[in-house]
Amino acid sequence: MLLRHTTKEIKERNALTINPAKTCQPIGAMYAALGIHNCLPHSHGSQGCCSYHRSTLTRHYKEPIMAGTSSFTEGSSVFGGQANLLQAINNMFTIYDPDIIAIHTTCLSETIGDDIVQITKKASDEDMIPLGKHVIHCNTPSYVGSHVTGYANMVKGIVKYFAENSGEKSKRINIISGWVEPSDMREIKRMSKEMGVDIILLPDTSDVLDAPQTGKHAFYPKGGTTVTDLIAAGNSKHTIALGEWATKEAAIALENKCKVPFALSELPIGLRATDRFVQALAKFGGVKVADTINDERGRLLDVITDMHQYLYGKRVALWGDPDHLIPLSEFLIDLDMKPVYIVSGTPGKDFEPRIRKALGDRADETRFKYGAQADMYLMHQWIKEEPVDLLIGNTYGKYISRDENIPFVRMGFPILDRIGHSYFPFVGYLGAIRLLEKSSGCSWTSRMRSARKRPLNW
Amino acid sequence: MRKIAIYGKGGIGKSTTTQNTVAGLAEMGKNVMVVGCDPKADSTRLLLGGLAQKTVLDTLREEGEDVELADILKPGYANVACVESGGPEPGVGCAGRGIITSINMLEQLGAYETDRELDYAFYDVLGDVVCGGFAMPIRDGKAQEIYIVVSGEMMAMYAANNICKGIVKFAESGGVRLGGLICNSRNVDNEKQMIEELAKMLGTQMIHFVPRDNMVQRAEINRKTVIDYDPTHRQADEYRTLAKKIDENEMFVIPKPLKIEELESLLINFGILN
Repeated sequence: MLLRHTTKEIKERNALTINPAKTCQPIGAMYAALGIHNCLPHSHGSQGCCSYHRSTLTRHYKEPIMAGTSSFTEGSSVFGGQANLLQAINNMFTIYDPDIIAIHTTCLSETIGDDIVQITKKASDEDMIPLGKHVIHCNTPSYVGSHVTGYANMVKGIVKYFAENSGEKSKRINIISGWVEPSDMREIKRMSKEMGVDIILLPDTSDVLDAPQTGKHAFYPKGGTTVTDLIAAGNSKHTIALGEWATKEAAIALENKCKVPFALSELPIGLRATDRFVQALAKFGGVKVADTINDERGRLLDVITDMHQYLYGKRVALWGDPDHLIPLSEFLIDLDMKPVYIVSGTPGKDFEPRIRKALGDRADETRFKYGAQADMYLMHQWIKEEPVDLLIGNTYGKYISRDENIPFVRMGFPILDRIGHSYFPFVGYLGAIRLLEKSSGCSWTSRMRSARKRPLNW
Repeated sequence: MRKIAIYGKGGIGKSTTTQNTVAGLAEMGKNVMVVGCDPKADSTRLLLGGLAQKTVLDTLREEGEDVELADILKPGYANVACVESGGPEPGVGCAGRGIITSINMLEQLGAYETDRELDYAFYDVLGDVVCGGFAMPIRDGKAQEIYIVVSGEMMAMYAANNICKGIVKFAESGGVRLGGLICNSRNVDNEKQMIEELAKMLGTQMIHFVPRDNMVQRAEINRKTVIDYDPTHRQADEYRTLAKKIDENEMFVIPKPLKIEELESLLINFGILN
């Protein structure tokens, strides 16, 4: 009973947040930067920040995460981090030879107000950036937003730095990916290929964070969006941005800089969101929906029909990032399940109208909270008040699952105590089938195990 | 739109000079916004007729992210748009971060968008350039012009020189340039000549010499700019002239800060020896 102190009675809390449903900005920036080919993320701040972000990403992906740090000392915080960053840029290009260094800031460097544009300009003036190499940056103060904000900021930084409009429109379609797993990015690419649409996916962490074991260590694995493609994104005829929180800013920046129009869509999680993604691909790519894709959809429909009797009316609690929660809620409604509790630590006032729309006429039956003070403690209290049949969210739901004996499907970031998310997608029609497989499977197991002791409502 | 940052030693009269000059510009028909970057939040008092402004940071703290531009932008004398960053009381928190946050927020909210048709945005910046936050108004893409308010007193000139050092760093990477020194007279001996010489040594100009006049004080007590309080007074004309000079200014330089010995000898030549 790890969370035995959680009380059923909910009291108004103004300041205290317990087990927030978010983490800090730089981790998102670091993850996004890893989606560029031959890119070394760099954390401008003290060592501990960088260590925490690297280790969390490592625990989630079971892969070594490389990143540099400006290693602030007391002196750096007093005199500014310029000297350290210049030294770091020089060291990284000399020793680790990346094509790109992607700098993100930290709370400390933001608070003392280090100006990364000015420092990188200095690095460039002093010939510390070798010809053909790049230093890009974004600001990621952790006391603003969440890990999703950091991801969004870095993606915007990437687009702003690289995309160029040469005046010649190409037939390619940009897909700016929201924060999903390498497996999901791979699936987005596969679906686009099936459809016959030539896409530029950015960022793209497939083959970086799920790279094959070859017996030979590659400091920079083979994946990631290439610089050539990042530049070419400025010539594409259209952009599809998947996930408002993670990609909208980048899509706007790309439109402003290179006049590439964009369509904002949800992450293709579940039936209808995937339908919209496929429709967008067909529309902007000027193609018909491929038969193979239609078949995948048909298989999903079949599984939905088969599983309906088991999933119907089940109460679900979910938490995580807005871009996941919105289409996921819509999907659960489509399955005739009841997403009754929703929590997201990421702020953004669009959340309420968007989640209400996703929930449709069920919206009033759902309790949700978002923003800095939305936490897992409140989620637990809601569950204590009236239990649910299933939990869907990141690793941090395991305590509630254990204490309340509720089946739990891990989805989102971070997942520290399971594997699979790097290899099997949650997006697309196949991803939706996987979600059904997981939900029904883990509930059945749970029901079987507890049949004699504590029967669940399944 | 021209974005202008006003710097200078604490207590030199930055806010007073800025507001009086802005009143002059507004009188000329210019559309102006004043952004007070001082935790004391008194940079727009004369334009608003009192400390009536809710600061950006207070609004942010109370209302979270759902801040609207109308919540923090208040129209003052001659429709000048007034904003106060605000910040912590002395001894707590981080005023510099406050400046960074509020300027970012203004940009995010579209305070500088072309549809607002601003001719000028003034940043009235606290005291000296200290931490990174106080340089925020002159980072790349923000204020392109700086005026330093100075007087013939040693410490004011020392501060002006120090600010120039800060400007050089940002001028080299971004586009910010020094537009000149504004001498806010303290009735020091040979003040005008001395500041003219200082300006020359820094590679800039003394754009205007604002004589000392009690009318400024009187207007301040009445929470008004001189132009507002007594438009016919000669001091009002001084500010009108300064406004016109800034409006017509074409001399923008990267300053050449002086060594401390040079600064001292300047003072000795113009001050003590005469």
